[in-house]
Amino acid sequence: MRDIAQLALDTATARGASYADARVVAIRNRSLATKNGRVGHASESDSLGIGIRAIANGAWGFAATADLGRDAVVVAAARAVEIAKASARVKREDVRLAPEPAAVAEWTTPHRVDPFSTSVEQNIALLVRADAQVRAVEGVTLTETGMNFVREESWFLSSEGADIHQTKYSTGAGYTAYAFAGNEIQKRSYPNSFGGQWQNLGYELIEEMKLVENARRVGEEAVALHRAEQCPEGEFTVILDGSQLGLQIHESIGHPIELDRVLGMEANFAGTSFLTLEKLGNLRYGSDLVNVVADARQEHGPGLGTFAYDDEGVAAQSTRIISNGRFTGYLSSRETAHMIGAARSGGTVRAEGWNRVPMIRMTNVSLLPGESPLTLEQLIADTEHGIYMETNKSWSIDDKRYNFQFGCEIGWEIRNGKRVRMLKNPSYSGITTEFWNSLDAICSRQDWTLWGTPNCGKGQPQQVMGTGHGASPARFRKIKVGSAYKGS
Amino acid sequence: MGRVQRGFGRLRLGRRTKAVNGEAMISKEQAGDIFDRIRRYSSADEVEVFFSGARFALTRFANNAIHQNVEDENCVASIRTNLGGRTARAAANQFDEASLRRAVEASESLARVQEPDPDLLPMPDAREAAGTDRSVRVTRFFEHTAAITPGDRSEAVGRIVAIADGHKLTTAGIYSSSESVEGIFNSRGLAEWHSQTLAEVSITMLAEDSSGWQKLNSPDVRNLDPAQLAETAARKAVESARPREVPPGKYAVVLEPSAALDIVGFMFWDFSGMAILDQRSFLNGRIGTQLFGENINIWDDAAHPLQAGSPFDGEGMQRQRVQLVEKGIAKRVVYARGTAAKMKKSELADKAGPIKATGHGFLLPNEMGEMPQNIVVGGAEKPQSVDQMIASTERGILVTRLWYIREIDPYEKIVTGMTRDGTFLIENGKVQFGLRNFRFNQSLIGMLLNVEATGAPVRACGEESFDMVVPAMKVKEFNFTEVTRF
Repeated sequence: MRDIAQLALDTATARGASYADARVVAIRNRSLATKNGRVGHASESDSLGIGIRAIANGAWGFAATADLGRDAVVVAAARAVEIAKASARVKREDVRLAPEPAAVAEWTTPHRVDPFSTSVEQNIALLVRADAQVRAVEGVTLTETGMNFVREESWFLSSEGADIHQTKYSTGAGYTAYAFAGNEIQKRSYPNSFGGQWQNLGYELIEEMKLVENARRVGEEAVALHRAEQCPEGEFTVILDGSQLGLQIHESIGHPIELDRVLGMEANFAGTSFLTLEKLGNLRYGSDLVNVVADARQEHGPGLGTFAYDDEGVAAQSTRIISNGRFTGYLSSRETAHMIGAARSGGTVRAEGWNRVPMIRMTNVSLLPGESPLTLEQLIADTEHGIYMETNKSWSIDDKRYNFQFGCEIGWEIRNGKRVRMLKNPSYSGITTEFWNSLDAICSRQDWTLWGTPNCGKGQPQQVMGTGHGASPARFRKIKVGSAYKGS
Repeated sequence: MGRVQRGFGRLRLGRRTKAVNGEAMISKEQAGDIFDRIRRYSSADEVEVFFSGARFALTRFANNAIHQNVEDENCVASIRTNLGGRTARAAANQFDEASLRRAVEASESLARVQEPDPDLLPMPDAREAAGTDRSVRVTRFFEHTAAITPGDRSEAVGRIVAIADGHKLTTAGIYSSSESVEGIFNSRGLAEWHSQTLAEVSITMLAEDSSGWQKLNSPDVRNLDPAQLAETAARKAVESARPREVPPGKYAVVLEPSAALDIVGFMFWDFSGMAILDQRSFLNGRIGTQLFGENINIWDDAAHPLQAGSPFDGEGMQRQRVQLVEKGIAKRVVYARGTAAKMKKSELADKAGPIKATGHGFLLPNEMGEMPQNIVVGGAEKPQSVDQMIASTERGILVTRLWYIREIDPYEKIVTGMTRDGTFLIENGKVQFGLRNFRFNQSLIGMLLNVEATGAPVRACGEESFDMVVPAMKVKEFNFTEVTRF
């Protein structure tokens, strides 16, 4: 693979590229699902190809092909340069890359059990057992389970001498129970909704999840939601569980801090950002308790955003995004670093597969846990009146990342420190900075989980990327609740 | 503020250059040879191979300059094997012997570990796949689109940027072109193939505190006029400058076609026999009822001249024209072969409308069954232009684009989202000024009960739903619940 990548670089530079890099990527995927006790699908896939970036005449070009024959790679590399020269016909300034030491490295996701070494029978049997436990609950009308493994092996070479070989493993699983009755469909998911929980780990993650042990409770809650009262509308104290908070972080912190978005590069599709450059170091993003990092290093945890080097050869780093409530950092690339006066890229450039161009993506954007000991039950006990919401059901935010609305699968009203009744269809909305400034308590490390969002979409053509978000449950004051059903 | 108009592109097309790998796209004959090899490697009772390949190019611009410019090509062979009522799939994008043998072995291994599925049907042969209704045979491959070069795209973007500069605006967007193939072969002799091209332009124009947007695509690039789209987007940006805030509430709203597409698209997952069987459809218990206004007619028609995509489904069955909604009554849903067979035996059958395989199935095996993907939303007998809808509105909101739409309630079909890129107050029959954008929470059932006027259906595209043929719509009492900061 290295020879093929080097051939691409040699061709690109011979054709006039001032910089070139090549990523050969081999991806294997196993995807399994059950529905109502039967296998819904069982599939595997392999994808292999090369993606070549080139800068020529001060502008970018990119070409990718699945044909790794020498002739095809030469044509693709030449094409990348041709495209770059076409780009240069409509440019305002030359691309400028922040310097980065050319790394030569090998790295593999630390894991105990290669998920692909586990038998499919074993995988399906586990899903069927969880499925059966959910369906044993009367009133459950549909059960869906899923399990996925991904191995991505990449060879990155650059015309600056970088030579990085990485192998990443991602594992995910979960299930959802649906209960249809009357004119309502309610659902409950575990460990998380929309695909479950994901991390960059081996099969040991599946074992940690305790899928079967939680299945009956999940089915019971889906059915119980039909008897629950509708979440009231009004202004309330809200406690969010860690999984919902992870998505809140993703949408209202992770995306607005993408520097390419701030600079207008996503304006046509994913939008821009309210975090214009003069706000760096000045904006009060959240309360004093809010500390957020973007950390791709293994020591942060086995998140979907963990790696050794990003997809333009920059070493994984930790960037302080919000420091005691103050906005202090963006997600940056070699091309954008100079826009914020940074001498170096923040190492957050990632690409989906081999045939997509690397771009700024979230790594693991996490809210640090509270420093004082505080469990979820203690936080609830400390709350006079509020609503505790768990597990995301819907999410929506405007194209500058101000106005958001989230719905959750289940809620509980809290009165005098106790959960007093279950609530259905809880939702809340707000403005990003007002919301984060209303945070007044965060649970501590024992309740902190590094959640995985496997399906973040961005870019044109669109790229799907996995991101990590660590969060403990937290409390927010004076939040607008119930807006999703207002006027219905 | 007229609706998006089609014109002829003013591209000066260059000579067709070589593909990314220097070769032509895979042909039906080449795919057939690969299928024959796969079949020899397999010991399964039945084998099916679904090919999907594309050569795709996209020039992306922002801040009045090209900042990303990409081309890629790929072809995937997705192999399904049936062994004694057990089926599974494995895919590969390398066609050497080792790679194909590995994929065949993976598919068969995955199949062998399962319990036999009593509902699994044998694969269709060509006669069954052709169906009894008319077969779709349309031309969706245009040499003009396939011939677009990097230079052509950059020239077109240069003209868009010049329009932005002329209006003192910042522009961002894309110009893409592609050539794609889809084919399916099975061991019962089925062999279907489809090739098409697609060109797409999406343009955002940004002023200091406002923006405008336009997007359109077509298999034939000559149906696109990037300059006109750019001018329309620019006009929206200029005319919505200094946006004012009006309070949220229920308003009459005029939805341009792309906005109408993006919101109504959220209901079509439910027009599925499998969704009815799984009791996750908002149509459960409602088929045959007056669900929408009498002016609502919706059908699925892969042969419609304004549609794109292949004429066959994931099993090779020809896509049939299906009337989904007629005069507001939810008439029927679409079915894959297996779903139809299952529904006929189900206790839900007598409330499911006509049950028949319609050629809308996804690749097997899957949990979702099928979905209509060539939607046509009919217009009124006397369609109104957007300008006419505006003229008839005492107080309302003109919406160019909807964004980040997500489902709130699956049975009442309440969805939430935002307006974006060109939102205006209408008062006394005239557009008055630009507005700060709204969040909405709106039931699709309620919305389609409240359609007061429609335009002539046009091919439209958005970001939240698939391409459709859909009219502009005027809807009363559209539920805007919040206002954002811009």
